[in-house]
Amino acid sequence: MKRLASYPTGGKFGQYGGRFLPETLMDAVLELEKIYVKLKKNKDFRNDLDSLLKAYAGRPTPLFLAKNLSESLGGAKIYLKREDLLHGGAHKINNALGQALLAKYIGKTRIIAETGAGQHGVATAMACAVLGLKAEVYMGSEDVERQRLNVFRMKLLGTEVHPVESGSKTLKDAINEALRDWVTNVDSTYYLIGSVVGPHPYPQIVRDFQSVIGREIRRQFATEEGRLPEAIVACVGGGSNAIGAFYPFLDDQKVKLFGVEAAGLGLDTGHHAASISGGREGVFHGMLTYLLQDPNGQVKATHSISAGLDYPGVGPEHSLLESLGRAEYVAVNDTEAAKAFVELSRLEGIIPALEPAHAIGYVHELAPRMKKDEAIVVNLSGRGDKDVQVVADFLGEQI
Amino acid sequence: MSRLRNAFGVVSRREETALIGFVMGGDPTPKYGQRIAEALIRGGVDILELGIPFSDPIADGPTIQAAAVRSLASGTTSNTVIDLAKTLGRHYDIPIVLLTYYNLIRARGIQNFMEKASGSNVDGIVIPDLPAEEAEEYKETAVAYGLDTIFLAAPTTSVNRLSRILELTSGFLYLVSLTGVTGARSEIQIRTLELVKRFVKLTKGKVPLGVGFGISKPDHVRQLVKAGVDAAIVGSSFVDIIAKNLEDIEDACTNLEVETRRLKEATRNS
Repeated sequence: MKRLASYPTGGKFGQYGGRFLPETLMDAVLELEKIYVKLKKNKDFRNDLDSLLKAYAGRPTPLFLAKNLSESLGGAKIYLKREDLLHGGAHKINNALGQALLAKYIGKTRIIAETGAGQHGVATAMACAVLGLKAEVYMGSEDVERQRLNVFRMKLLGTEVHPVESGSKTLKDAINEALRDWVTNVDSTYYLIGSVVGPHPYPQIVRDFQSVIGREIRRQFATEEGRLPEAIVACVGGGSNAIGAFYPFLDDQKVKLFGVEAAGLGLDTGHHAASISGGREGVFHGMLTYLLQDPNGQVKATHSISAGLDYPGVGPEHSLLESLGRAEYVAVNDTEAAKAFVELSRLEGIIPALEPAHAIGYVHELAPRMKKDEAIVVNLSGRGDKDVQVVADFLGEQI
Repeated sequence: MSRLRNAFGVVSRREETALIGFVMGGDPTPKYGQRIAEALIRGGVDILELGIPFSDPIADGPTIQAAAVRSLASGTTSNTVIDLAKTLGRHYDIPIVLLTYYNLIRARGIQNFMEKASGSNVDGIVIPDLPAEEAEEYKETAVAYGLDTIFLAAPTTSVNRLSRILELTSGFLYLVSLTGVTGARSEIQIRTLELVKRFVKLTKGKVPLGVGFGISKPDHVRQLVKAGVDAAIVGSSFVDIIAKNLEDIEDACTNLEVETRRLKEATRNS
């Protein structure tokens, strides 16, 4: 059997992925692929990235045994991978530093990126500031309104923010606009995508830079428990933190992998962002993958309480893992996520971002079904300071 | 010989260059689709290119994006646009090309889409987000249904990739004149003309060459004619006329016809 970790082959994860792009960009992605294959083995590049991850971003992040949560749920032991403690407050910095350094090695000085909630935009702004690169970030005008604090953070870090007025004025439209910028300025510009989405080689590049999460989990869990964990749980929007956590375990079949999508108001309401649970295969943003679309193939508007999961597509590697049954994709709704957000804050003194609150929400179901000598690792992909207002509004007088 | 290739033959025997006119099917509403297309045909386009609106058109600038928004808001689907081609076929003997993003074809089923298009007076298909590398199934199916596959080349296309693209291309090659999205530009840049001349040589005797993106004025068309292209492709400036006359479709049609005539006249100045 083919090793799962050996994907992609020929730019594809099984049948998923690929490069569905305007002709103008084809040369750029083919070139990027060649350069990346070389640079990823380059010692100087790896050393530079390792030292940035360590001294600048704050790696390795701790693996924390959440005793109170484990006891309260009365089943498996629950460990939290503390990506929320990274510089900037989310796992996004792992990828932003990797790609910004890649751009610098290639010699591109202008960086463009998209952002939804603003976490990838802020991470890109930080990485570009520290590496002396000029960054411009596209952000849907709806998101600009909802995430003013992150807009100001980006500006403070020297990044120009372009509000996007087209379409639904959210993350997918920000990616459309970044692609249009890239088509126009392909010679001078590096497009720094924030998740494991887009045309090949981006899903691979972003996965590789995020896999540091899973490698650390493997080592740290072995130190704590002397074995591999029984399950890994992570939230999935585009799916970069999940792939980062899953990838080093793909060929360890006994480690169960759970990707948690956003069920929004409920899968049956149509107001959600669960591309795998509620979508079907389609071509979008340069890739063949699971996609929320209407019967004619028009991309659907999405809804989630969490801006970071509010995306109609999903990384093509997740589509492969779903089709092979290697990972199980489940969905958690707004209310369950908000409840998990509050519960983790109270039980462990950790305010999670709303995105990983979906993962915690699923652990509420999963842990009680498992034995006490088994363990779950949850990727706590970001901290929740950015979400306190949203949650307060959502819960109303309940808080 | 396909009707597209035949049209190029007819145009060149008249010592003209072909004018390909694009409008978004169903813009501003499906009700006016036929009248708008007829304005272009009366004005003298040699080939009609009809867009199927997509929610996320990454190769398009603001003008055509807005047309897609109007068209989708009025309920246009791929069927609406294919049916328009069929209706036009009852009245006119003009080749029709569909422009559609790939997901709209996949969503219908590639075979199903080709079958319907082929039976509805459609001659060829342009897909702005389907490069040669991903086109195997599409190409096979289109060939089976006798549809021309119009691939795109760009200023960034390498010589190696171009030969693969030319192998897959039938009808004509669509050269994107600049690195950028669709939309009218005030001038044709010198490097665009150099690019065009290079492609005229590369495609000579293989497949007709059409040039689009940014071509919006009779003067642009004359420069392309002089450079030796087989077709000038104009889109955004027609769409602009529709956008400016949303309140009065009669005015839109009159202006479209006048503008088409001016552009067509420019293809005769050689």
